[in-house]
Amino acid sequence: MGKIEAKEVHFHYGTFHALKGISMDITEHKVVAFIGPSGCGKSTFLRLFNRMNDLIPGTQLDGSIRIDGRDIYAPGTDVDDLRKNVGMVFQRPNPFPKSIFDNIAYGLRVNGIKDKEFIRQRVEESLRGAALWDEVKNKLNASAYALSGGQQQRLCIARAMAVSPSVLLMDEPASALDPISTAKVEELICELRKEVTIVIVTHNMQQASRVSDMTAFFYMGELVEYDETKTIFTNPHEEATQNYITGRFG
Amino acid sequence: MVKFVDTELESIQAEIIRMWTLVYDQMDRAKQAVLGFDKNIAQQITIRERLVDAFELKIDSEIEDFIALYTPVAIDLRFMLAMLKINNDLERIGDYAYSIARFISESDCGKPDAELLGKLRLEEMFSTVLEMMTALKQSLEEMNPAHAISVIAMDDTLDELNAKSNAILVEHARKDLDAIPMLMGLGSIFRKLERTGDHLTNIAEQIVFFIDAKIIKHTGSQGQE
Repeated sequence: MGKIEAKEVHFHYGTFHALKGISMDITEHKVVAFIGPSGCGKSTFLRLFNRMNDLIPGTQLDGSIRIDGRDIYAPGTDVDDLRKNVGMVFQRPNPFPKSIFDNIAYGLRVNGIKDKEFIRQRVEESLRGAALWDEVKNKLNASAYALSGGQQQRLCIARAMAVSPSVLLMDEPASALDPISTAKVEELICELRKEVTIVIVTHNMQQASRVSDMTAFFYMGELVEYDETKTIFTNPHEEATQNYITGRFG
Repeated sequence: MVKFVDTELESIQAEIIRMWTLVYDQMDRAKQAVLGFDKNIAQQITIRERLVDAFELKIDSEIEDFIALYTPVAIDLRFMLAMLKINNDLERIGDYAYSIARFISESDCGKPDAELLGKLRLEEMFSTVLEMMTALKQSLEEMNPAHAISVIAMDDTLDELNAKSNAILVEHARKDLDAIPMLMGLGSIFRKLERTGDHLTNIAEQIVFFIDAKIIKHTGSQGQE
């Protein structure tokens, strides 16, 4: 059984058919990269995994998506619980207007945890896990906005990890960062795969090839090819995939 | 380049070192097989040749994957290009060891005359090749281009011994026509060892190329840019 199992997923924004029968299994503790030109449906598909598209009016989903065997769109599913289990990191760092400490502690407190020592420990663990602890340990009460863009993004990853999710979704997490910050985020992805299953949308194909175990190529709402990253970048089976990764279209 | 790429680079270097050890062992056994006219050792070399070929393909594939997945630049790119060529050179040296072994396995001429072998300095030829291999492996492990350059000079010894061997073999053939098949085999061994020296020179040039970004190939004076 895959960690995430999507079967015949169709998605519409109004009359626009954005996803056309996508089926995919994602194995636990793997990093899966979604690549494809803008508008191909990769971010739409990613956002289905924690029901972020529910917030968009006029959308319709057909097919099924299961995480740990459970249909996440089944009636009665607690969306808050789902999002606790399926964390998300966005393109631009979006820390809360709070201190560094409170950014990490926020999710724990919202989930009803009041034990201050536990929260302190978890904040430290999460910041260490995001390779940020050494840089911020002496200024935990400073505003998160005082951090650099790269640090803010790692703070957001630490915030997502604080509530111990089993899946982490990343929507172009390094596209707004400089090369050094990008390298740190990529190293972090490779470390975090030990704890969580990661799905990352990226326009940077070198990033996809560097960090992922599996790569999915999307085009015009269809999943063209899904295979081991090594295969996709050395010997893709589909001509469209080859044309895309070699820069011949897209 | 992110840190985990270093692990991949180290892994490929370790594979090359393993290939090196394997090929060195093949050449060392070839020396024993020829000097002792030992068909058993020659047979072992023949069997292990498949391993050398398999190793070459494995390393080629790993380098191809690395280039495709990590798009290396600067020293990482030079390192990969160098490892690709060194891998190819090592495989060719393995082929020479195999060809030498085949001559011993298939020959029915009997053990060559010890006096003749001494005159030809065949043992010195083999030893020089093995010494070059050891020194170059060390220069790669220590990332020492100066050491690699110093090895290139040893190729002159191989050229000299090879050149001298021709006259000795011809002289011997005139005296003993029945020995001509064996003498031709010995001549062929000298040529293979001389070519091995050329491949080792290529390897030294590749080590300098990837560490110092200097191209010393075809310059005629090693060590200049």
